[in-house]
Amino acid sequence: MTTTLADLFPPQSRRWARRVISAEQWLGLADRLESGAFTLVAHWAEPPLVHVALRDAAGSTGIFSVEAVDGRFPSLGGASRPARRLERTIRDLTGLEPEGAPDLRPWLDHGRDERGAARPYAFLPVDGEGLHQIAVGPVHAGIIEPGHFRFTAAGETIVRLEQRLGYVHKGLEGLMAGAPLERGARLAARACGDSTVAYSLAFAQAVEAACGVVVPPRAVALRAVMAEFERLANHLGDIGGICNDAAFSLMLTHCAILRERILRTCALLFGHRLMMDGVVPGGVSCDLAGAGEAALARLFKRIDNMLPALFALYEDTASLQDRTVRTGIVLYSLAKEFGAGGPVGRASGRPFDARRDVPYAPYDSMAFEVPVLERGDVDARVRLRFREAEQSAALLRRLLAALPAGPLRAEVPAREGEGAALVEGFRGDIFAWVRLAGDGRLAHAHLRDPSWFQWPLLEAAIEGAIVADFPLCNKSFNCAYAGHDL
Amino acid sequence: MRKLLFKSLVTLPLTERGPDADDEALAALAGRLDAAVRKRLGRSLAIRMVDAGSCNGCELEIHALNNAFHDLERFGFHFVASPRHADVLLVTGPVTRNMREALERSYAATPDPKWVVAVGACALDGGIFAGGKGVAGGVGGVVPVDLHIPGCPPPPKALLGGLLALMQQQTR
Ligand code: SF4
Repeated sequence: MTTTLADLFPPQSRRWARRVISAEQWLGLADRLESGAFTLVAHWAEPPLVHVALRDAAGSTGIFSVEAVDGRFPSLGGASRPARRLERTIRDLTGLEPEGAPDLRPWLDHGRDERGAARPYAFLPVDGEGLHQIAVGPVHAGIIEPGHFRFTAAGETIVRLEQRLGYVHKGLEGLMAGAPLERGARLAARACGDSTVAYSLAFAQAVEAACGVVVPPRAVALRAVMAEFERLANHLGDIGGICNDAAFSLMLTHCAILRERILRTCALLFGHRLMMDGVVPGGVSCDLAGAGEAALARLFKRIDNMLPALFALYEDTASLQDRTVRTGIVLYSLAKEFGAGGPVGRASGRPFDARRDVPYAPYDSMAFEVPVLERGDVDARVRLRFREAEQSAALLRRLLAALPAGPLRAEVPAREGEGAALVEGFRGDIFAWVRLAGDGRLAHAHLRDPSWFQWPLLEAAIEGAIVADFPLCNKSFNCAYAGHDL
Repeated sequence: MRKLLFKSLVTLPLTERGPDADDEALAALAGRLDAAVRKRLGRSLAIRMVDAGSCNGCELEIHALNNAFHDLERFGFHFVASPRHADVLLVTGPVTRNMREALERSYAATPDPKWVVAVGACALDGGIFAGGKGVAGGVGGVVPVDLHIPGCPPPPKALLGGLLALMQQQTR
């Protein structure tokens, strides 16, 4: 049985080539998912077809499709734990039944009617003496997104956490199907507001792959500038937020100031603080505003001053590390099994970064290091974000110093086709897949948030911790709700 | 840590009139906001944020209200952890079917007198997500809305302006 994807596709196949296979061959994939030879990248449906996107150890990629018969398809969830919530979602969104799936409870669909009454949900049973349950959410105490956490605790210690998500499910895929490309791009930019640039980029690259568009070099560079600003701003927000959840608000104050300065500079350069709709299929929607140079110089000076100072502040505060070191450990084996990307994966020794490992322009021609740490605790996730923030700042300097001249956007022809892309957002790799109808509309689109493969790890990481450590641990993951709930 | 703290002691606060026209506008707005809040509420207004289905973009900008540049708390506005402690519900997003009940319950749990501020394009009528299978509609279809702050997402300055407008419009 082959363990490389390259053997399953004709030679010279393009990246994310797709093959329709039989149910028997499909189950062969399940074996290779179980053995760890393949990593699950995405799993979605476009009835009657069910798709799975995979990556192998050598870095090859591919998509396989199986046709559902009588509304049923063979489940991959028995062999692959990361496939389970995705299959529950497929069932919710399309009605297709994953045959043999270990968990058939609805996931995004809460069974609510027009008035909002819900179908009861069966949380997993917990047995044991002296256990009590704590139900939190969907509305949380802070300024954050909604979700439900069901803790089972023995005294202070968490025995199990079960998440229930889907509260912000809007029906994104349904809205995208049939939408003109431009509207599709605006929807993709709003799938997950904190990663708006990365989502727009993933969507745009998928469209460009589908119709063979070559993006002009200046647009490629400006896209990366936006993407790195987004990463830097969000990492600062996360570092501040994590430390604040360990009751160390000084870090939050300073991180928030630097973050605000970055957003203001972005507004000056690109006309929008979060750079929403800046990346569009074919290129970018705006050029750098001329007045930005002095502001950029000031900003970089501040970043150069502040980032090392903030890291030193973290290093020198033993009481803070007392909370973060050895808290919420994610084992490498789990990170690998789930294909967890982003800081969550890299802080647990899984060295994957889509910018380097499924390279796309301009990163394919830029040498840069991907920081990886081993310990997998909150501390490692903080340190990793510091290193990545520094690296984003360095990448930004290089990009801005060598901006090519030229057009900002290539024309996107109304052509039939399908395409996929994997883009590294601040949270991890975002997968996008589109099918173009040929009349300038989307026939289908699918966006897979990195959080799909991180949320389950939070459940594992918190076991045995005390309830009071949950906010800290949760913040160190900072998984998405909107991006996940679609 | 001491070095950083010491530096903060000797540097001027960021919540100041900056050199750009931009920052001046913010300072002017801040002055008006302060006066209005004082008149209406003495010195305190408790805000509870409810994300009813947003993309999280609006939340980021609401967060930014708390940073040193905007420092919302100097006006007596502060975010509270429970609707039971709140005067104002700040609601973002199109209301999803799955959040409708939670929003209704948050509203019911907020003591009178209370105000609802709908934040962002989505909160008005569902915005770009209107018609989505999981979307119930705008905030106004679920709870009575006193004020809508437009934008996608509204920048912190627009949020401050909106809160000021709310204070001026209230006769309750
Ligand atoms: S208004 Fe814009 S930023 Fe706010 S929730 Fe809607 S799409 Fe997101």
